[in-house]
Amino acid sequence: MITKMIIDDKEVPFDQGQTILEVARANGIYIPSLCYHRKTGQASKCRICVVEVEGMRGLQTACSIQARENMKVVTTNDEILTARRLIVNLLLASGNHDCLACEANGVCELQEVAYKLGIEKPAFIIADKEKPEYDDSSEMIVRDIKRCIQCGRCIEGCNKTVVNEVLDFGYRGHETKVICDDDKIMGESSCVQCGECAQLCPVGAITDKKSIGKGRPWDLKKVRTTCPYCGVGCQLYLHVDENTNNVVKVTGYEGSLANDGALCVKGRYGYDFINSKERLTTPLIKENGKFRQASWEEAINFVASKFNSIKKESGSDAIAGLASAKVSNEENFAFQKFMRKEVGTNNVDHCARL
Amino acid sequence: MTNDIPGIKSSDVILIIGSDTTSAHPVIGSRIKYVVRHQNVKLIVIDPKKIDIADYATIYARQRCGSDVAVLNGIMHLIIKNNWYDKEYVEERCEGFEDLKKVVSEYTPQKVEKLSGIPEKQLQEIAQLFGTAPTASLYYAMGITQHTTGTDNVWSTANLQMLCGNLGKEGGGVNPLRGQCNVQGACDMGALPNVYPGYQKVIDETARQKFEKAWGKKLPEKVGLTVTEMLKAADEGKVKALYIMGENPVLSDPDINHVRKSLEKLDLLVVQDIFMTETAEFADVVFPASSFAEKDGLYTNTERRVQRLRKAVKSPGKSKEDWVILQKLANAMGSDWNYKTACDIQDEICSLTPQYGGITWDRVDEEGLQWPCPTKEHPGTPFLHKGKFARGKGLMKGIEFKEPNELPCKEYPITLTTGRVLQQFHTGTMSRKSQGLNNLAGPMVMISVQDAETIGVSNGEKVKVISRRGEIEAPAFVTKRIGKGTVFVPFHYREAAANLLTNPAVDPVSKIPEYKVCAVKIAKA
Repeated sequence: MITKMIIDDKEVPFDQGQTILEVARANGIYIPSLCYHRKTGQASKCRICVVEVEGMRGLQTACSIQARENMKVVTTNDEILTARRLIVNLLLASGNHDCLACEANGVCELQEVAYKLGIEKPAFIIADKEKPEYDDSSEMIVRDIKRCIQCGRCIEGCNKTVVNEVLDFGYRGHETKVICDDDKIMGESSCVQCGECAQLCPVGAITDKKSIGKGRPWDLKKVRTTCPYCGVGCQLYLHVDENTNNVVKVTGYEGSLANDGALCVKGRYGYDFINSKERLTTPLIKENGKFRQASWEEAINFVASKFNSIKKESGSDAIAGLASAKVSNEENFAFQKFMRKEVGTNNVDHCARL
Repeated sequence: MTNDIPGIKSSDVILIIGSDTTSAHPVIGSRIKYVVRHQNVKLIVIDPKKIDIADYATIYARQRCGSDVAVLNGIMHLIIKNNWYDKEYVEERCEGFEDLKKVVSEYTPQKVEKLSGIPEKQLQEIAQLFGTAPTASLYYAMGITQHTTGTDNVWSTANLQMLCGNLGKEGGGVNPLRGQCNVQGACDMGALPNVYPGYQKVIDETARQKFEKAWGKKLPEKVGLTVTEMLKAADEGKVKALYIMGENPVLSDPDINHVRKSLEKLDLLVVQDIFMTETAEFADVVFPASSFAEKDGLYTNTERRVQRLRKAVKSPGKSKEDWVILQKLANAMGSDWNYKTACDIQDEICSLTPQYGGITWDRVDEEGLQWPCPTKEHPGTPFLHKGKFARGKGLMKGIEFKEPNELPCKEYPITLTTGRVLQQFHTGTMSRKSQGLNNLAGPMVMISVQDAETIGVSNGEKVKVISRRGEIEAPAFVTKRIGKGTVFVPFHYREAAANLLTNPAVDPVSKIPEYKVCAVKIAKA
């Protein structure tokens, strides 16, 4: 049986158990959300996703109401827009949400909602409550608590996605904030710096330390690839500054079967080696115990003639080769083909055992 | 892995033995922690160290390093004795049960306690929890394989999973976690001395003829040397030239002093890498290669999922992709390679490797494909041995426990075991270029509170670790997570290289060195 509902006079299909927000997203209908994320689920905290549901009193949060057959939903009218504006204005007043130097500028979901609602200037004076907390004690992650909108995504992610169980809400009422362990600074907490919280944060409250000031999201090219560390095969995006040919940030690829967006501290923050000044950039030949630079032609011909002469004098089995668990399938294939076909030996192995 | 990562959610009980999952495979660690916390899956962890994931376990047991066969036999002894095993499955799908039963019947909890240090009662709890689970999966890593009894250990994990009917179903399986991004792919592609791509044996004439026909050249018939044998042969002068692509044996192989000596004896050492590694320093010629971020191609992960690598940045300076260098070299030696892109090589892989027959770059683009995937229409294989085993009947085999090659003695009374930490990777060639990671994790010797007291060191003070082959110094990490009489040293650090100490004795079948057990003495430095 096909189930359908009506959103903004449009008939749309849905699956049992889907929320209004999920149905709208699946059908390309815009409803803003700040606390809801596919991975962390409904939180019903921010209330920015309010909509009107026929037959229900007052505005309803689209992230928490399940779709029903023939349900009629309105996503935009004056009442809804007024409510959303109030929410955004209150959030803007609750901290320090200036975009100029914020790392999240361009990918910030609060900025996006404000833009869609046409809020140019916050309606209220920004709370003068002292929120000096800027926690950069951790190696990889910066927490700028005055930018936090307390959506709880980081907490859900830390506890339910990567299950590292470090973050939680601490204190009560106006004092509520996200804390590490029993309110330790992040660098002294049990955090393993996987960065899932930074990936899920909808604003600029939790960001990747190494990427600060390294490039605006719209200036960076995102390339999906596979992590070069362990064998899990996490899918990730390399964020590349094409002007400098540098990788400046790594994020997990959401929805991939191996990791669904999650990464570890190495995969997310261990990318410096790519741009390292210590990279080898030219062939080298050792002479009198010291390396000197060589052209490709010279180095290749040197090795080729040595291999040929050793083959001739001592036989093919006097040559051996180690392939690599770090290079691609195609390159490993080419390596064993080279050893077997061109050198003529099965002396080929790699570090599978090490 | 016989099974896949998404299938973790379908287990009722998970046994981790010989894998520090949250350190070496953190994202799989998270998946396991998730099902434990939020789906009521029960976790058993058996490891000489009380690793982080043990905090999530229903049962954590500490075995003596190298006693895994005894432990697994003990578990099977109890499962058979209590009739918890899957009789129907064993009868229908396996062979060799009587042999297994006979051998494990000797491994009473009393005997196993003596051999492994795991208390009788705890072994009984493990056997009951695992043996009565509708579906149980087993995860291991180098803690099982890196022993002179590595093959025996692996066989024992397979025995257990066949006995309980856990192979060939979702949520079950024997799941070795592969330690490097493409170690699975390198094996699949025949970067091994005994097999061509797709594990087709070099001694099998039909397979050899197939490759000879494809490549238009006579191919060698004899099985080649493994990495440890190559170094020995170099020392003996039998191997004169070594070509190393993207590996660093000077830090990763056991008994580094011997490795260095062997490399120095070579007439020609060619190293192709992205950095001047400890191994490249010994080279006569160094070829600069491209990193993963600078190339297109395929990697195969631990669950046999083939996924894309995509070029994101340009290679620095004159460095080139590894296959381009190989092609240049082949042609300089008089051959006629003519690959235009790495994708051309994948076409050849498809045509010669049955498991990869249907795997193309286009098809793996979004989600990847798990081999075996023999045809362009095949959807890939999330778990192996469904319905029946690849070889027909699952072969059970009784395996007797054997002691490690080097046991603690009067002079070297402490057992050394080696492995990884979360923040570093392998020989550190990549991870140690990140200052942040170095700040988080430097060299260390993990030592028990009792042993630290005996030698009079406290946390952070330097300890000297000495084996028959070498010695190192590193700060002590004094913790209750490791038992008395055992120290753990990560092998990432050139300045405190664990492999100066390790024993090069290898498993007779797999030729894997015994990194996980050797005898040392310790002293305050």
